[in-house]
Amino acid sequence: MADSVQAIPEARGGPALVPVIAPGHSFATVTQKITEVVLRKDTPLGWFLALAPSLAIAGALATALTYLVLTGIGIWGNNQPVGWAFDITNFVWWIGIGHAGTLISAILLLFRQQWRTSINRFAEAMTLAAVACAGIFPLMHTGRPWLAYWLLPYPSTMDLWPNFKSPLVWDVFAVSTYLTVSALFWFTGLIPDLATLRDSSKSKVGRRIYGLLAMGWRNSAYHWQHYEIAYLLLAGLSTPLVVSVHSVVSFDFAVSVLPGWHTTIFPPYFVAGAIYSGFAMVLTLMIPLRAAYGMQDFITMRHIENMAKVMLATGLIVGYGYSLEAFMAWYSGNKYETFMMWNRMTGPYWWSYALLILCNVVTPTFLWSKRVRTSVGALFVISIIVNIGMWLERFVIVVTSLHRDFLPSSWGRFQPTIWDFATYFGTIGMFMTLMLLFVRFLPMISIFEIRTLLPSAKVNQSPGHGH
Amino acid sequence: MASSTPISTLHGIVAEFDDPNALVAATAKAHAEGYRAMDAYAPFPIEELHHAIGAPPSKLPMIVLIGGVIGCIAGFSLESWANAVAYPLNVAGKPFIAWPMFIPVTFECTILGAALSAVFGMLALNGLPHPYHPIFNHPRFAAASTDKFFLCIEARDPKFSLDRTHAFLQTLGSREVTTVED
Repeated sequence: MADSVQAIPEARGGPALVPVIAPGHSFATVTQKITEVVLRKDTPLGWFLALAPSLAIAGALATALTYLVLTGIGIWGNNQPVGWAFDITNFVWWIGIGHAGTLISAILLLFRQQWRTSINRFAEAMTLAAVACAGIFPLMHTGRPWLAYWLLPYPSTMDLWPNFKSPLVWDVFAVSTYLTVSALFWFTGLIPDLATLRDSSKSKVGRRIYGLLAMGWRNSAYHWQHYEIAYLLLAGLSTPLVVSVHSVVSFDFAVSVLPGWHTTIFPPYFVAGAIYSGFAMVLTLMIPLRAAYGMQDFITMRHIENMAKVMLATGLIVGYGYSLEAFMAWYSGNKYETFMMWNRMTGPYWWSYALLILCNVVTPTFLWSKRVRTSVGALFVISIIVNIGMWLERFVIVVTSLHRDFLPSSWGRFQPTIWDFATYFGTIGMFMTLMLLFVRFLPMISIFEIRTLLPSAKVNQSPGHGH
Repeated sequence: MASSTPISTLHGIVAEFDDPNALVAATAKAHAEGYRAMDAYAPFPIEELHHAIGAPPSKLPMIVLIGGVIGCIAGFSLESWANAVAYPLNVAGKPFIAWPMFIPVTFECTILGAALSAVFGMLALNGLPHPYHPIFNHPRFAAASTDKFFLCIEARDPKFSLDRTHAFLQTLGSREVTTVED
């Protein structure tokens, strides 16, 4: 199967593709190139220069959350009727970003897309960091985060049990399962590489720590047999999981009766939007990192261009979702729906809708051009614009739907406070900090999977006996 | 041999190879020769190697299926019991056990049960964590996680004989043949 996929480009007779791994590499050179980033004694100055602002911004998060816990969520701009504002916007934004990691590591593995191999480890780490950031928002929005365990079903002295007919309880299960399974998938993928680090580390502490984490992995044929099955099954399990998680997130809105939320297009459109923003974030992080660590041999233009193509495709689905929302508002003939759409486009938050269309529908049309898709500079800019656009999408859905619902007497406005911004940007600092720590202490590219891509890894003969 | 002590502390004899083809061929030959207590070490998964070494089909898929089914039943039972027995809750006149609304949590519990059994089942079947293993006494074994390939015929194999097995491994075109102590 893998062989036939590899043979496709030549068989088609089309223009030769950029390889997924630059020529001239051996098992030893790929190992050395990827592990040296982790095992080198002197940390590059650039890493500290990136860490310092990230930590400083994460400090703003710590300050904002401390103040929040001491005071209450009144420090945010949330009010009646806009009870969900920045917090849910940010929650959905971060969860969506995380989804690209699972898509790359699981769905592309099942589709035997070999180019995923260079970026899956990094994207999975991004998933974990993003889900950690996402979790902060609903947790803090409960107002008393130290009582958040009330969300879980457990035999309490109050004799209360969660209402399992509520999408918010589904969300608790979906997101915590997603975090657990993503962490398991990521760690399982790391085990053989941790053994490589254990065996290559020059320092005693390094050998101890990586050895402890590798748990005695010894690259045995029996190990690999179970390992490959576990890895493939995890991919097969994560694929429906990732689709279910963002569908459940969209149910938080779609199961309500509010105009602008109560729509059946939400689950597929949320999943496509999640992948769209996730790939944008992978590009935003990968383009500078690839240059800083000289990983162009493993993350080639083929990877960059493929990610751009995924962004283009999911961007089109998202654009379709926007047009269908507008169409249904008109076609339904429901005056509340029609008003909601008109208010979204021309009301007090018209600028957010206009910017959203500019960022998410107009900007990705540039990706039709191969010149743009193969220019790292242009892609870096587009990826950031798409990230902003996807944040605005959730802001538009949450705030413009809530602020003017059925009764004009209950209409209101939402004005973010400085603490809204501090918390949001703070999570970006926390995200960057986590990613920088990951890049420094763990291999950012899956070494053992890269080895299998080398021509010398191909076994030609069949084994001597049947089975 | 004069004394049984050196044999009892012997783990096995290890041949080292430079490429995966040689390892698969050598493993298949050793299997054909009748050796069963052996292990092959490679820095990446090689499907042909599992076949060559004669590994039985993994039990992991069955373990994962059972884990998934347990998760599924546990999730649905928890919801039904909590919302119909422990704390009957009338939500918009829906039945206490409104099964369509229980599907999302049931689904997530299924995935969770299956994923946990995939990872912990894999670790259990591989006997991990396993901090000490005699193969690590091989002086060059660290290379098994970089670019070298090893075949170890273990002393516990009934066909094992220090001289004959050593000689056999040397016929396989290996780079080096070494004995490894327990």
